[in-house]
Amino acid sequence: MNWLDVLSGAVEQALGPQAMIYCLAAIGLNIHFGYTGLLNFGQAAFMMVGGYAVGALVQTWEQNLWLSILVGLLAAVLLALVLGVPTLRLRADYLAIATIAAAEAVRQVLGAASLNDQFGGQDGRFGFADDMKSLNPIEPGGVHFGPIDFRSYDFFIMIVGWSLALLLCGVIFLMMRSPWGRVLKGIREDEDAVRSLGKNVYFYKMQSLILGGVIGAAAGIMSGLATDNVAPSDFATDTTFFVYTVLLIGGAARVFGPVAGAVIFWFFLNGLDLFFDKATHDNLIPDWIMTSDQASLMRLIVLGLVLMLLMIYRPQGIFGDRRELAIDGR
Amino acid sequence: MAAETQSVTAPGQTKENAILVADNVVRTFGGLRAVDVEHFEIERGKITALIGPNGAGKTTFFNLLTGFDKPDTGAWTFNGESLSGVAPYRVARKGMVRTFQLTKVLSRLTVIENMRLGATGQRGEKLLSSVFAPLWRDQERSNTKRAEDLLERFKLDAKRDDFAGSLSGGQRKLLEMARALMVDPELIMLDEPMAGVNPALKQSLLGHVKSLRDEGRTVLFVEHDMDMVRDISDWVVVMAQGKIVAEGPPDDVMADPAVVDAYLGAHHDTELSFEDEAKIVAEAEAEIEAEIAETEEQS
Repeated sequence: MNWLDVLSGAVEQALGPQAMIYCLAAIGLNIHFGYTGLLNFGQAAFMMVGGYAVGALVQTWEQNLWLSILVGLLAAVLLALVLGVPTLRLRADYLAIATIAAAEAVRQVLGAASLNDQFGGQDGRFGFADDMKSLNPIEPGGVHFGPIDFRSYDFFIMIVGWSLALLLCGVIFLMMRSPWGRVLKGIREDEDAVRSLGKNVYFYKMQSLILGGVIGAAAGIMSGLATDNVAPSDFATDTTFFVYTVLLIGGAARVFGPVAGAVIFWFFLNGLDLFFDKATHDNLIPDWIMTSDQASLMRLIVLGLVLMLLMIYRPQGIFGDRRELAIDGR
Repeated sequence: MAAETQSVTAPGQTKENAILVADNVVRTFGGLRAVDVEHFEIERGKITALIGPNGAGKTTFFNLLTGFDKPDTGAWTFNGESLSGVAPYRVARKGMVRTFQLTKVLSRLTVIENMRLGATGQRGEKLLSSVFAPLWRDQERSNTKRAEDLLERFKLDAKRDDFAGSLSGGQRKLLEMARALMVDPELIMLDEPMAGVNPALKQSLLGHVKSLRDEGRTVLFVEHDMDMVRDISDWVVVMAQGKIVAEGPPDDVMADPAVVDAYLGAHHDTELSFEDEAKIVAEAEAEIEAEIAETEEQS
């Protein structure tokens, strides 16, 4: 392994399926948190519901994959309604508590041993993406750009996923400059003021929760298709926190924030991992400082540090507008 | 009621042409009866001032009438239509729009976006049509024109593209008032429009409130400053401890000794002279000494 491998490995991750999935999830969360000010800490639940609907319908009930994808998206609508009806009347912090609890509840239920036959317990569902794989037009050898390699199916998923992400960015750009988007942003700033102007705030919040949730489900579905597997461990609370990280790096309430955030986040997450791995193996960092086993933890430590610095020196994210932050929101 | 006492300032008087009529509106917070209004009417096309000491229940009454809070009992109608239990956004759509004591501008939206948000019946506010700009562009243009005219009238046109959060306190009050006008309300309810506004701007704010009446709107506003109230209001309603204690034309209400006592306390208008002050200090000192003596005795 050489330094070029470190770099190319980081780039592969930055553009790879994982980054694309987190980008999609963050686009959904951006509608919730960035534009409407809904503190949704349960984005992983929307992803999981989407992914599991597809996995279970195809593997357990032997349904058509494309139909299952549609059902997965509708399941997210249902989850948004169930979650939103009681909680959207609450203040923001209560919504955060309710969503994080709901996400955990969804994960425990879908991963429960008693539902092993339907959802496969902790192993989840797998082997359901054959129809998708059969569509793959990329040659089996994979794709190579100099030192950067992608496997054939990965590259296909990347093309589909990133195209979807860009399409969504375009749609969201149009929506957020419309009067509809203005109402959402108004709700983020002060929902009582928006109410006093004759807007049905609850209704708009629900629309926002559904729309962002469906995009979250799309992320979950892409995750299932990319790995041909969905498992409870893919949708734990740290998934939601990573999605928030992606969103904040790029800048909340910015159309391309999630795209930039996902690429940067995965570039560093993997790049740092490879860097410390190589540095300890080459004795660049001597054993008495850390061994190669310990090095695998360094990426999260450094990433945490970078996040802190980002929040201190550039709290608006990459695309954010400093002027907005100069204003005390409350 | 009014008929029995025959007083010009009796509470709960009926109006010739009432736009809003409320009956038996009660709101309690635990043991406190924050609002306990037997009968209340607002005359159409007039400026009505709602005054009263801190904690009299004025803002709570505002919140109840506009649906932001739910009363324990009570019913009220606006233009003959019942508004009890109606959600705030529906109240606003019916033509009764309020502003807030703590100004609620949408900080991270520009001034013009704040204004545009106020327009009602926007086609582009539907989820599905939002993506297709041609469906709402014309309406947006006419709303923007109206918003710009209002901004000019309220002398905020120079701030058009600034974030609302960067405005001064007085400018925020102006923006909130202008934004409420975008809804084109029949009754506009201003909660302390003068609070925290510098004297120069106060005069222009007063002018704006008067101009609302001149264009045929009804105004209800909460205020503390008596001079201001005397200057612009046609009718004054006094609240104290949740109840309406008096109402009438400003001069009559202010001359009513009961109002003066209830509202301002018995000594509101006597300025303290040195002699008075010395007397009060002496009294206080005597009291303290007596207390000290008492505690010493006990120990």
